[in-house]
Amino acid sequence: MNNVDMLVTGVGGQGVILASDMIGEVALAAGCDVKKTDTLGMAQRGGSVISNVRIGQKVWSPLIRESGVDILVAFEKLEAARWVDYLRPGAVAIVNNHALPPLSVNLGDERYPNDEEIAGILRQRAGRIYFINGTESAKKLGNVRTLNMYMLGCASLLLAFDVQMWKDCMSRRIRSNVLQVNIAAFDLGRKEGLDVHIG
Amino acid sequence: MKELLSGNEALALGAYHAGVRVAAAYPGTPSTEILESIARFEDVYAEWSTNEKVAMEVALGAAYAGVRSLVSLKHVGLNVAMDPFMAASTTGVNAGMVVISADDPGIHSSQNEQDNRHYVRLAKVPLLEPSDSQEAYDLMAYAFDMSEEFDTPVLVRSTTRISHSKSVVDVSRRRVLAATQVGFPRNERKYVMLPGHARLRRPVIEERLVKLAAHAEGSPLNRIEWGERSLGIVTSGIAYQYAREVFPKASFLKLGMTYPLAKDLVRHFASQVDRMIVVEELDPFLQENIEALGIKVSGKEFVPRIGELNPSVVEEGALNAGLLAGTAPRQKTHVDSKLPRRPPLLCPGCPHTGIFFVLSGMGKRLKLPGAKDRSLRKSTLTITGDIGCYTLATYPPLSAMDTTACMGASIGQALGMKKAGVDNKVVAVIGDSTFLHSGITPLVDAVYNQGRITVVILDNGTTAMTGHQDHPGTGVSAQGKETEAVHLEQLVRGMGIGDVRVVDAFDMKALRSAVRSSLDSAALSVIIVRGECAVRVPRRSAPRVVDTEKCDQCGTCLLLGCPAIQTENGQVYIDTTLCVGDYCTICQQICPRQAIGPTVEE
Repeated sequence: MNNVDMLVTGVGGQGVILASDMIGEVALAAGCDVKKTDTLGMAQRGGSVISNVRIGQKVWSPLIRESGVDILVAFEKLEAARWVDYLRPGAVAIVNNHALPPLSVNLGDERYPNDEEIAGILRQRAGRIYFINGTESAKKLGNVRTLNMYMLGCASLLLAFDVQMWKDCMSRRIRSNVLQVNIAAFDLGRKEGLDVHIG
Repeated sequence: MKELLSGNEALALGAYHAGVRVAAAYPGTPSTEILESIARFEDVYAEWSTNEKVAMEVALGAAYAGVRSLVSLKHVGLNVAMDPFMAASTTGVNAGMVVISADDPGIHSSQNEQDNRHYVRLAKVPLLEPSDSQEAYDLMAYAFDMSEEFDTPVLVRSTTRISHSKSVVDVSRRRVLAATQVGFPRNERKYVMLPGHARLRRPVIEERLVKLAAHAEGSPLNRIEWGERSLGIVTSGIAYQYAREVFPKASFLKLGMTYPLAKDLVRHFASQVDRMIVVEELDPFLQENIEALGIKVSGKEFVPRIGELNPSVVEEGALNAGLLAGTAPRQKTHVDSKLPRRPPLLCPGCPHTGIFFVLSGMGKRLKLPGAKDRSLRKSTLTITGDIGCYTLATYPPLSAMDTTACMGASIGQALGMKKAGVDNKVVAVIGDSTFLHSGITPLVDAVYNQGRITVVILDNGTTAMTGHQDHPGTGVSAQGKETEAVHLEQLVRGMGIGDVRVVDAFDMKALRSAVRSSLDSAALSVIIVRGECAVRVPRRSAPRVVDTEKCDQCGTCLLLGCPAIQTENGQVYIDTTLCVGDYCTICQQICPRQAIGPTVEE
């Protein structure tokens, strides 16, 4: 396959790192060279999290150059807008239509951008932008923490890997007592992603 | 077999396959996962040491006794461990001893930025630098062999981007244990560093460096990758990956052994290319060593010496230096600077929030939303801080920390301020793991020198910031075995401190009363604030809700800085998916209108 550079972003605690790990593992299983790296703050929860995942014949740097990202998968709206400079012109953005306002917003010091502003920021670079209701769908499944697998289901529509490979990886990486609900979230992400014509 | 491993996992697996039998470390980002990975192997003794100095001494003892040993630490951890590291260089090691230093360019999670490569010149020991996980895995066996062949500790330098990047590793080796007998070969002239013996070791160290320099010339870790001869790039570590990406056509001298420098190899490479540059992260370590050979080279003139490199930074430097034909990089939108920032925060249910709210309130430091900034100079309380999650209490609204320097510094700094004669009450705040790491000796100092300070030990029962490692206070070893727990109250009372209070971290009334009494105390006082880390003990029940009828939007609860307490259109509400409920209840306790209570089950 061609080289694919992906950015997976969100807020600490949303499961960004597990999701991006799994993209890397599936790509390796498919015979690709892979590098991935995470940048996160110093605490356990609440900070910005960003994962770079690079897949291809041969990958040098684990960090993607600015204007180099092909696919952005954002678990939170503000964290989608924040990384716009990293998108290449025409990039694809899958954005969870969910806001987690930072403390500065709660304290009234800063303003959370509205949906039009976020879409406007992304449109400066992205070719296709898909807003999906991942958090709502994960809640309907009874476990909001399956959001990451839902997002992975959406993202899998843009990657040429067999569905079974994703599920094998999930079986390896996810505890058995929550495996079924996570697989259901992945499947729902794929289905609802298709509904909005991701791919 | 191919696996996707982080640099830290690869270093650990490489050390395991190289036959390491004793591994010691203190947790520190970005090095923590090395010891965590190696602790999973039952045929290795792996420990969390109380601090890096102890870890170095444990490893050195094991190496003396004929067993391959490993120390892993973050860059500033090597500062702590420099004394025994110098000793290891002086005595030599017997069995192989490798020290992995994980530097943090860009200061992702540290108190400073320092290039630990400089330490090898001081210690006169060899330096190896991997560029990805495969190299990290492969060079560990090489490092242990080198350590034994030259009777020297070997420093392996990783960085955040090596340690925390995953790449493909062909795990080709199996664990090989050395055939040597375990046992300490007594040899006073080698292992007892009386001045007379230490003088005997000095020429041995210098001769060792000469032999290592000769070894570097033929080392397979150093290689030339020929491309076009117009530009030659000397590089090492993660910078190699960035440079290969930015300069696809250039020739490369890729150094895996960066000290002592392979001088002839560098001279040869320089003679074959029209222009030679160095691409390296942080200080001009290679560049200055090459310049010392009288070879014309550039690098730091256009590659920044501050912060983490990445392909964009290297490309920008190359364009500015005229090394790359092409247009300037795409104009940035600078959107990121206009969006609300999202700094890390104390978690919902964090046992540190209550005590900082109390300290900050008593010191008149809390900042109400929209209120004018009060000058901190008017605060009646000075709070010296330390290193852990709780350093985040520096940020508003809590604004509860005045200093953070290095591990354990809070207590000595508080003592120094008091002895300097400040009028303010001075409180030192330090976590349990940090206290055991390096807070004990300064507290003994405060006892001995009669410092009238208050020391608050935040005991959350874990080393939280680095991902919940055990420590001497938890009674569980790095390999999950039950062991002796050090009891903090016994420890501080044993030092001779009489005024010791132990308080529940979620009892606001008790916290206030303890702080008030301790601040009024004429003697040195200690408050142990105890409450388990909310992430480690995820108990959730009855999330709190705001009764909008009673709430008058005074904003007091927002001053906790709890991520679960949010506002929408001016009304405060609590995000029930984040609130830990009965376990915490701090917001309920401080609400002046009693407007916060448990969710009523339907």
